[in-house]
Formats: sequence, structure tokens, C-alpha cells
Amino acid sequence: MATATRRMRKIINEPDQVVKESLAGLAASVPDVLRYDVANQILVRADAPVKGKVAIISGGGSGHEPLHGGFVGKGMLDAACPGEVFTSPVPDQILAATKAVDGGAGVIHIVKNYTGDVLNFKMAADEAADDGIKVEAIVIDDDVAVQDSLYTAGRRGVGATVIAEKMGGAAAERGDSLEAVAGVIKQVNARGRSFGIALSSCIPPASGNAIFDLPEGEMEVGIGIHGEPGRRRAPLGSAAEIADIMVEAVTSDLAAKSGSNVLAFVNGMGGTPLLELYLLYGEVEKRLRAAGLTPVRNLVGSYITSLEMAGASLTVVELDDNLTALWDAPVHTAALRWGG
Amino acid sequence: MAVAIAMDAQTVTAWMNEIAASVRAERDYLVQLDAAIGDGDHGINMTRGFDAVTLALSAEPGGTPGKLLILSGKTLVSTVGGASGPLWGSALRKAGRALGEGPTFDLAQLVDAIAAALASVQDLGAAVPGDKTMVDALEPAVTAMREGLARGASSGEMLRSASEAAEAGMRATIPMQARKGRASYLGERSIGHQDPGATSTAMIIRALERTVASSP
Repeated sequence: MATATRRMRKIINEPDQVVKESLAGLAASVPDVLRYDVANQILVRADAPVKGKVAIISGGGSGHEPLHGGFVGKGMLDAACPGEVFTSPVPDQILAATKAVDGGAGVIHIVKNYTGDVLNFKMAADEAADDGIKVEAIVIDDDVAVQDSLYTAGRRGVGATVIAEKMGGAAAERGDSLEAVAGVIKQVNARGRSFGIALSSCIPPASGNAIFDLPEGEMEVGIGIHGEPGRRRAPLGSAAEIADIMVEAVTSDLAAKSGSNVLAFVNGMGGTPLLELYLLYGEVEKRLRAAGLTPVRNLVGSYITSLEMAGASLTVVELDDNLTALWDAPVHTAALRWGG
Repeated sequence: MAVAIAMDAQTVTAWMNEIAASVRAERDYLVQLDAAIGDGDHGINMTRGFDAVTLALSAEPGGTPGKLLILSGKTLVSTVGGASGPLWGSALRKAGRALGEGPTFDLAQLVDAIAAALASVQDLGAAVPGDKTMVDALEPAVTAMREGLARGASSGEMLRSASEAAEAGMRATIPMQARKGRASYLGERSIGHQDPGATSTAMIIRALERTVASSP
């Protein structure tokens, strides 16, 4: 075990305890923000349930930190249900979280579009409904690398999830109804698009091996967030060339009117430093303006990751005044924090 | 006639234990298959799930075969996560319900139970044969069992043909392009790889054959 641990170059104890110990550590770092319910393996906002407020929970496999636990707190998520690394949570966790945060105004499940996530959240929602809790599940599917067709499981949920959690959380905090909060989250998904590239694979702690080999000088184009290969492999381009690919993929699919205000989110996959992400943002920003879009808001950093994968994704969300105000609203979580 | 053999709760427990041993033994192989077209955790998730099933069944002596299959399914749902947890979990629960309340079951009931498992998988996962999923192994196994039953085959013969059909179905996933699950994101790059879900499904049917063959 010790040998395997050293080979992985990870700061961990036992590989099968990584998720639990990471959750405990996160909770210890922000005790004012959230608590860790060990028995149910969920993270719950410190003051939950908030009476009369629509509650929002999300969840998915671990390995995408700070998604979702880092987004639990005032102005964002009421709870997060982390599964094993890259494995969706089980219905028991989701049901426990739903019950823990229900303040009487309904509970929204934000679900990334993966077969496992959708199935486990569906089972939990059915049970919650049996218990008389009003649950609305919203599936996020913003990844333009995958075409939604009979030949795939549909587009994956990636970067727009972060934006949907922030804006939906702000709407819930402001006192919006279940229908209105759901409307905000659906709008972000409908008007958000993402595209990612990878310069390396990643090493899940349980297996200790990289999911795939990527020779130096090559990149995977059209990746998701589970360390899997992308749609195709290509020679590694410059930042300008990578920005060309990303902006073209995202804007052509979004087809926003010229002159639209957008939020541009340049996300690191876990192993790419901010030095490079800022540089990439500069390239992206120029191209968005050239395409007639105005990036009036942005987010740059590693917020939805794939363990230590090197690479980046771009998410663009078309804004209106309401979404812009919801983005600017105060948020107090481990990973995003601004305003009063 | 094939009805001579009666299976009971012991058969179910032995089958689940046999599955746990199989997926544990092939854990790294399943991980390797999954790493090629998924995220490389299938062997780990299946091992965690069936280990939990073994534990749950050992804490539940007695109980009808149907009840034990339902308990096994519930345990998988609660411990596996991903797509395999709900799919196999629901499949075993439906199989358990198909067995009914009796203390024993015969071959015809076993075929109905496995067919109910297949129906559950297809209902939840919306996969059809050719999508490069566990259905590509399970569906031919059910067909082989039905044919075996119709011609009055012995239990051993029937389950051997089911295992062989499942393994042939598993190998047939290699040239397929995935249309469901995570492998579908790879598009044409999923071609040339054996589906990990079909592989573990073939192991589960092979485990059933071994269990029934070695039962008294």
C-alpha cells in the first residue's frame, strides 16, 4: 500500500479513505459554512434547513473539487452528496441530503447528465416524493463536444453546473419560488455551453494508474471531467490555437445574438496553473469580443476538475440583467466568496 | 424433464458469493477494460457492491430466495453508485420479486427471474442490443435459457449455454460503437474495446452456472 501511495505522488493515507478524509478536512476548514454528516456522507450548509427557502442540492462523483462540496454555503448549495471518485452518489445519500435541507419550499436537485447520476438522483427523488417532499430535478448538459443524439448518452454536464449552482443559489437566497429558482437554473443550462481539452490524464486513487497515456506534444480535444479521453487526439497547440478551438466550438453552438453580454468561465482541470489559465482567458476574451460577444463577467480558476488532469475548459453563458444580478449577489462558500 | 431440480435460498446466497469472488478476482481486468472507454472504476465498484451483498446476506440467515435477491439488489443500490448500482440493484430486486414468496424455485422460475432482470435493465437504462452495454451479454443469456427450457434441457446444460451466449455477446461488443453510457462520449473511439459492463454481466451468468452445477 505504501509503495502504491508513493508511486501515485498523492498526499493521501489509505486510497479507499480519500473521499471521507477529504470531506472531513473541508468541513474542518470552514466550520462556519458547512457541516459534514459522516453517517450519510453528505455536506450540509451550517444553518440548514433554512425555513421557507427553496433548497438546492447537487452531487456527483468526487474528484471534481471544489465541485460540489466547495459550493455549499449561503448563496449557493444547501447540501452536496459526494460519491466515490468519479462515481455518482447512491440514492441513500441524496435522500438524506434532501431531507436535511428541506425548509418547506421545495428542493431542487442539480444533476449533471451522466447515466449514473441521473439514475441515482431519480431513485432518490422518487423516494423523497413518497415522503411528501416537493423535488424538482434539473439535468445540466452543456458540453458541446458531445452531440445529443441517438448515438450518445446525451451531452455531458460540465462547467455550466458551477454557474447554475451560483445563480440558482442566489435566486433561492433572495426568496424566489421553487418555479422561479428552477427557471434560473434551466436558463443557465439553456444559454450555457462548454468545451474542454486535456494535456494529461489523471490518476484515480483507487486504481493508482493513469486512465490513459497521452504522449508529450499531444492533447485530447473534447474531454469531459472523468479523466476519460476526448472525442479526438490532436497535436498540442499554442494557447491561441487552443482558444480558437474552444471559442469556435462554444460560440457556434450557443449562437448568441451579436452584442450579447456573456459570462466567460475559464476553468482549470486540476493540473494547470493559474499562470496559464489567465493567459488563456486573455486569448479567449479577445476572441469573444471579435465574435461580437461582451464578456461582462468572468470566472478564472479550477472549479470543476478532473483530479490532477492538466487542461482547461471554457464555459460561456449568455446573460440578461437578472442573471447578472444573481451572479453579483453575495456568496459565502469554501470556494466562491464575495459580497456582504 | 428439467423440473427435477429445486433451488432454494442457499442457491441465491451461493450465487452472490460466487459473483463476489469472480469480480474480486477479475477486479483489475474490469478496471483495465473500463479505463479504455470509461473512467476505470468498474471492477472497484462491482467488488465493493458484491462484498457488501455477501456481508448483508450473512447477516440475514433464513429468508426466501426471493427476499434474499431483493436484499441483494437493495444493497447494490446503496453501495455501488454510478450506473451499475441502480441497474444491477433494480435488476436483482425485480428478479427477486419474480421468484415470489416460495422457499424453493425451479428452472422455469429462474428463467423468469433473469428475464425480469433484463427487462429492468432495459427499462432503466433504455439500452437495446447493439448499444455496447450489459444488455449485449444479458439478452442472449435470457434467450439461451428460454430455448433450453423449451427443449427440456438439464439445468447444467441450460446454464452452460446461457454462459456461452453471454460470453459470445460480451465479445461481440468489441467492434461496436457505444451508444449508451460514458463510452458513448468517445464516439468511434469506443470501437475495438470490449464493454466492461457486458464483461461483468457474463461473469454473473457464469457464476450462476457454477453455483447450480455444484449444488447438491
